[in-house]
Amino acid sequence: MNALDIHDLTVSYRDKVALQDVDLAIPAGKLAAIIGPNGAGKSTLLKAALGLVPTVAGSVLIYGQPYAKQRHLVGYVPQRSSVDWDFPTTVLDVVLMGTYGRLGWIRRPGRAERDRALACLDQVGMADYADRQIGQLSGGQQQRVFLARALAQDASVYFLDEPMAGVDAVTEQTILSVLQDLARQGRTIICVHHDLDSAPQYFDWVVLLNVRVIASGPLATTFTADNLRKTYGGSMRAAIAHFQHFEEELEQAKR
Amino acid sequence: MSMAELLSDYTARNVALGSGLLGVISGVLGCFAVLRRQGLLGDVLAHAALPGICLAYLLTNSKSSLVLLLGAAIAGWLAALALLQIVQQARLGEDSALGIVLSTFFAVGITLLTFLTKRGDAQGAGLDRFLFGQAAALIEEDVFVIAVLAAIAIGATALFYKEFKLLTFDALFARSIGLPTQALSVLLTSLVVVAIVIGLQTVGVVLMAAMLIGPAVAARQWTNRLGIMIVLAALFGAAAGLAGALLSLSAENIPTGPVTILSLTLIVVLSLLFAPARGLVWRRLNRSGG
Repeated sequence: MNALDIHDLTVSYRDKVALQDVDLAIPAGKLAAIIGPNGAGKSTLLKAALGLVPTVAGSVLIYGQPYAKQRHLVGYVPQRSSVDWDFPTTVLDVVLMGTYGRLGWIRRPGRAERDRALACLDQVGMADYADRQIGQLSGGQQQRVFLARALAQDASVYFLDEPMAGVDAVTEQTILSVLQDLARQGRTIICVHHDLDSAPQYFDWVVLLNVRVIASGPLATTFTADNLRKTYGGSMRAAIAHFQHFEEELEQAKR
Repeated sequence: MSMAELLSDYTARNVALGSGLLGVISGVLGCFAVLRRQGLLGDVLAHAALPGICLAYLLTNSKSSLVLLLGAAIAGWLAALALLQIVQQARLGEDSALGIVLSTFFAVGITLLTFLTKRGDAQGAGLDRFLFGQAAALIEEDVFVIAVLAAIAIGATALFYKEFKLLTFDALFARSIGLPTQALSVLLTSLVVVAIVIGLQTVGVVLMAAMLIGPAVAARQWTNRLGIMIVLAALFGAAAGLAGALLSLSAENIPTGPVTILSLTLIVVLSLLFAPARGLVWRRLNRSGG
């Protein structure tokens, strides 16, 4: 069974085509990375899969059914920079938001949800921070809180948008081991990833994307120099330049 | 009049109740407006209410607050719609769109208001109280309307508190779990319109935005929890509303709106300076100490 099936997906922002004719299948239980240069549409692919951006054409199936029917099976970690961390709320409260989907309208989280949220915080090594205001956390800690919120969703397939971008080594290892645990339990991880060096160590499935899907499949047969060259436009030097640019951007974002 | 007399007085009771309620509701909804960075939207909606009030009076010849405020709400709504269209269709920046809509609606409002007040119709003359607010003009019927609207707005906020919080903090995640973020956003903006409409009589269209922004900004200084922030903002808003109303009653020729806003400014400045952890003084002391 495939956790994610995408057929002929096209997405455009105003006049610019962000994704074109994307066909993709990711089997259940895989740790999959979506890899590609800046502007390749990696985040857009996640958002389109989750119904967060309007699509021009195509279909997305989660475990064989449209997303609207399968919402309860999906967990989502948006980019850390997509929210205002000065928002007046605590770490535990953010993790509790992961239980909102199951709670439904109006019902408030109770004792069971609190216990669950605390357990999820513990999994990412953040149990001691439950009552902290989220603005007091480091970038890596914020990222772990976002992961804990997704864990609280208790999903079958997880979509993560650059969870390891700009985080410290401890956080990166924590995130990796949590993701590996999830995959071992038969859950599917689909992760936008920016680091070509670590990708082959972390993932067992890769999707190489540059507006179109260049290649998609098991790591060994897909993550090849030839495919990477096609993805990053001609030469690896361009790819390396891309990454340097990306890292500079990250540095600036951190400041 | 002494303060004791003021409090037992019929007018004063209406004024105090009306202004206090206004403070509570604008404090509560202002928190969401500020956290969603929509403080200026409140300013536009408030200014846009003026032509609605004038047209409502022109069409019905009634000065019942329900009729006038309904006109204000409709005009505010149209302004919000115009804003959305301009931003989406004309590809203008939001700041430019806000500026255009605010001044256009306000210009129409002032034109109508001048026409109505100068045509020698004694009835129409009272409408200019909506510019800067006149708490003394509140009668029991107004207070009743305000109380009902406030109950609706605060009830809706309490009911959808969890959804509003998630929408405000992380709209992408909210949509991913299936919340209709567009509809919730419209609902929240509509509640802000209700708050503004209530404020028109006591604070007036020109200064109403401050009544939304001020209590929330002050409250944010004292706490890191949204729930506490909302309660504090409600208290600050009520305090400013009461102070403004009673000060303007106790002496002649003191406009309610400006005095309310000045009272609020005092609260905001004190909060920005002296709140623990976030206050400027606290931070400076902490820096020199550490």
